[in-house]
Amino acid sequence: MAENYKYTITKKEALANSIYLMDVLAPRVAKNCYPGQFVIVKIDEKGERIPLTICDYDREAGTVTIVFQAIGPSTQLMSQYEEGEAFRDFTGPLGHKSELIDMPREELSKKQILFVAGGVGSAPVYPQVKWMKENGYDVDCIIGARNKDLIILEDRMRKWAKNLYITTDDGSYGFKGNVNECIKDLVNNQGKKYDLVVAIGPMIMMKFVCILTKELGIKTIVSMNPVMVDGTGMCGACRLSIGNEVKFACVDGPEFDGHLVNFDEALQRLQMYKSPGGKKILREKEGATHHHPGCECHEE
Amino acid sequence: MDVLKKVPVREQDPKVRATNFEEVCYGYNLEEAQAEASRCIQCKNPKCVGGCPVNIDIPGFIKEITNGDIEKAFKVIGQYSALPAVCGRVCPQESQCEERCIRGIKGDPVSIGKLERFTADWAREHNIKPEMPKEKNGRKVAVIGAGPAGLTCAGDLAKLGYDVTIFEALHEPGGVLVYGIPEFRLPKETVVKAEIENVKALGVKIETNVVIGKSTTIDELMEEEGFEAVFIGSGAGLPKFMGIPGENANGVFSANEYLTRNNLMKAFDKSYDTPIIAGKKVAVVGGGNVAMDAARTALRLGAEVYIVYRRGEAELPARVEEVHHAKEEGIIFKLLTNPKEILVNEDGWVCGMRCVEMELGEPDESGRRRPVEKKDSEFVLELDTVIMSLGTSPNPLISSTTEGLEVNRHKCIVADEETGMSSREGVFAGGDAVTGAATVILAMGAGKKAAAGIDRYLKSK
Ligand SMILES: Cc1cc2nc3c(=O)[nH]c(=O)nc-3n(C[C@H](O)[C@H](O)[C@H](O)COP(=O)(O)OP(=O)(O)OC[C@H]3O[C@@H](n4cnc5c(N)ncnc54)[C@H](O)[C@@H]3O)c2cc1C
Ligand SMILES: Cc1cc2nc3c(=O)[nH]c(=O)nc-3n(C[C@H](O)[C@H](O)[C@H](O)COP(=O)(O)OP(=O)(O)OC[C@H]3O[C@@H](n4cnc5c(N)ncnc54)[C@H](O)[C@@H]3O)c2cc1C
Ligand code: SF4
Ligand code: SF4
Ligand code: FES
Ligand SMILES: [Mg+2]
Repeated sequence: MAENYKYTITKKEALANSIYLMDVLAPRVAKNCYPGQFVIVKIDEKGERIPLTICDYDREAGTVTIVFQAIGPSTQLMSQYEEGEAFRDFTGPLGHKSELIDMPREELSKKQILFVAGGVGSAPVYPQVKWMKENGYDVDCIIGARNKDLIILEDRMRKWAKNLYITTDDGSYGFKGNVNECIKDLVNNQGKKYDLVVAIGPMIMMKFVCILTKELGIKTIVSMNPVMVDGTGMCGACRLSIGNEVKFACVDGPEFDGHLVNFDEALQRLQMYKSPGGKKILREKEGATHHHPGCECHEE
Repeated sequence: MDVLKKVPVREQDPKVRATNFEEVCYGYNLEEAQAEASRCIQCKNPKCVGGCPVNIDIPGFIKEITNGDIEKAFKVIGQYSALPAVCGRVCPQESQCEERCIRGIKGDPVSIGKLERFTADWAREHNIKPEMPKEKNGRKVAVIGAGPAGLTCAGDLAKLGYDVTIFEALHEPGGVLVYGIPEFRLPKETVVKAEIENVKALGVKIETNVVIGKSTTIDELMEEEGFEAVFIGSGAGLPKFMGIPGENANGVFSANEYLTRNNLMKAFDKSYDTPIIAGKKVAVVGGGNVAMDAARTALRLGAEVYIVYRRGEAELPARVEEVHHAKEEGIIFKLLTNPKEILVNEDGWVCGMRCVEMELGEPDESGRRRPVEKKDSEFVLELDTVIMSLGTSPNPLISSTTEGLEVNRHKCIVADEETGMSSREGVFAGGDAVTGAATVILAMGAGKKAAAGIDRYLKSK
């Protein structure tokens, strides 16, 4: 690590197998960031620009919290960094803050909101749930994952959510089923009423949540994570079809009305630069919904 | 020696250079430079100077080359330009200084650009630094964007004694010089970095990773951080797309993405982590400098490359030298051709482009003959990659977060041409952010004028 790198890791915690939390010293970002925004981290001279959602921040200490899953070469390298070491670059905050933050209090206080976090999606959901509670609003939250080991930030989330529901695909912890089955259970069996869902997790999960909430007639906000390079609107790598328009996730998002997102196109585009290792994980995360005869996933 | 002809410049063999990213043009050595310099007749009323947007004393520095005092030649240029090694390489000289050179009436104009480049390269190799400012006045000025406009404005203000900080959104300073223009035209380490170091040597501080409008705002800089004036040199980086079907398929990129991956992120060098999809059969849509750069980059990454442009050869907006180099290297020009649709295979990847042939009709408002579709001329170009190079516009990030900053309908910041002053008190702007995508030297010219404008403004405040 070069000595002149200034974005020092002040804290590191393993949240689950291959999921890490880090606090990074970045006073300019910490001063002006809000839930919903993201940063771009460049580990070292030869590193790529890695977008990560802001998971928390401490304006006084000047630190920003990131949570990431080590899936491909870059995030794996990142996971080897320890407290006291530093990253070369840490840019942000990028993108827009959550639309809840500037919503008139009157409007917000009338809303029944359900947050849905899938896998590492707990990280971007967390600051929003925390912000809501700190500003006096009670919200519900579902954390879903394939199994118990992949449920992260449960204790922290419990502190701020009014009701926290845990669900695992294999039933190893909490409710048994995917997040959609959990949403259906809440709405159909437990008499819950929601007029806004904020769903953040793997793209495929957000896609299916949106199909369900459309049926249920509940407006849904999602946070999109397409491939990015600069994160400032300069390259167009992050473009998405939203309704009839093309939008750049980095400057127009990353949060969008989920019912307008063309998920199939976005899922397709996410494949573009995947490394073989990343593809394997993507296949596990996104399941059988991505089908490319030419894709390396199917050749292993 | 035939005085009507310029001393030819040595270049890398086209066949060899088509496979590497090393610089195409080798430039003059001292002997060649002196021979070329001796062709300048030292006009009493030098027309060339009027063609240079920063009015470099061209006969002045050329005379020093003839005398063999290259250090002095460098000092002469240094009074006008902070980036001579860059401009000597990428200025469209043929339509600026050299177009007006008196030698050009009967023969070749003096190779002013190549002489400028020689001087700057020589100075760098001999470790000659620009002169340091005499005294500091302690007044703080912020510059947004470390492209040619920002670097020039910052350098000039530092020379006048100001305490200048440049805030740059990316992790490297340089703007288009580092993310857009490829290595083989403008070496990053030796040339761009060295010239940026010269600006820093004047006392300019550069803070990277700061996105104005996000990390902080112009208001915060002025109200909380004590900057008395701000210069916006944020460029015109927002890429345009055509809006045709298939444009979001896998394998369709903006030229900015393709070039950024390769230049700023150095994807061509396998020891860097950022991936690039090189493509085997690539079409670049557009005919400007950016299109030539994208095409020649794809070629070097191993692809067969087409330039698809809807007008004719004469209308190509790219520099003649770039078109010439591209052809030499084997780029195939599909002129008078317009894409209608990008064809996508069952895996979501590009497999071709449906195009139509064009012919030139009546002149349009730009004075160029308007291309119109030829009947029944559609055909399909088989491809696996498409690079859209249709121009860029200014990013609204700053204008949308700065109250009272007027922009025109192209999202360009409105600024006074002479002083750079915007509609906001103490806020100045210049370069591509004001004009839309233009040239390095015009951006530098705007940075210079704004530095003088800021100096006048702060002295009268
Ligand atoms: C706005 C945004 C916020 C994000 N927030 C988080 C977060 O909080 N925690 C977290 O763990 N991950 C997050 N991601 C995803 C994270 O950026 C990727 O996991 C990471 O870039 C993968 O790099 P890699 O080299 O380790 O994996 P590889 O699979 O080797 O990646 C190869 C290439 O694919 C691209 N890529 C791969 N996966 C993704 C992805 N999911 N999203 C975007 N690009 C991808 C990258 O450009 C990379 O160059 C976010 C992405 C975006 C765009
Ligand atoms: C591929 C390509 C090839 C070209 N070839 C030539 C050529 O051969 N000859 C020629 O003369 N011209 C050429 N040009 C055009 C020339 O490069 C530009 O006109 C020139 O760079 C404009 O300078 P600038 O300083 O105004 O902006 P830029 O060079 O665009 O620099 C703007 C800088 O501001 C930063 N920035 C933007 N927003 C923010 C923000 N909110 N906060 C902080 N920083 C910000 C950007 O990251 C960037 O570094 C080319 C352009 C491209 C893209
Ligand atoms: S800066 Fe450009 S226009 Fe001016 S003299 Fe040099 S090459 Fe010519
Ligand atoms: S116009 Fe040509 S010959 Fe005359 S001073 Fe300029 S470069 Fe020399
Ligand atoms: S990441 Fe480049 S435009 Fe969004
Ligand atoms: Mg990688």
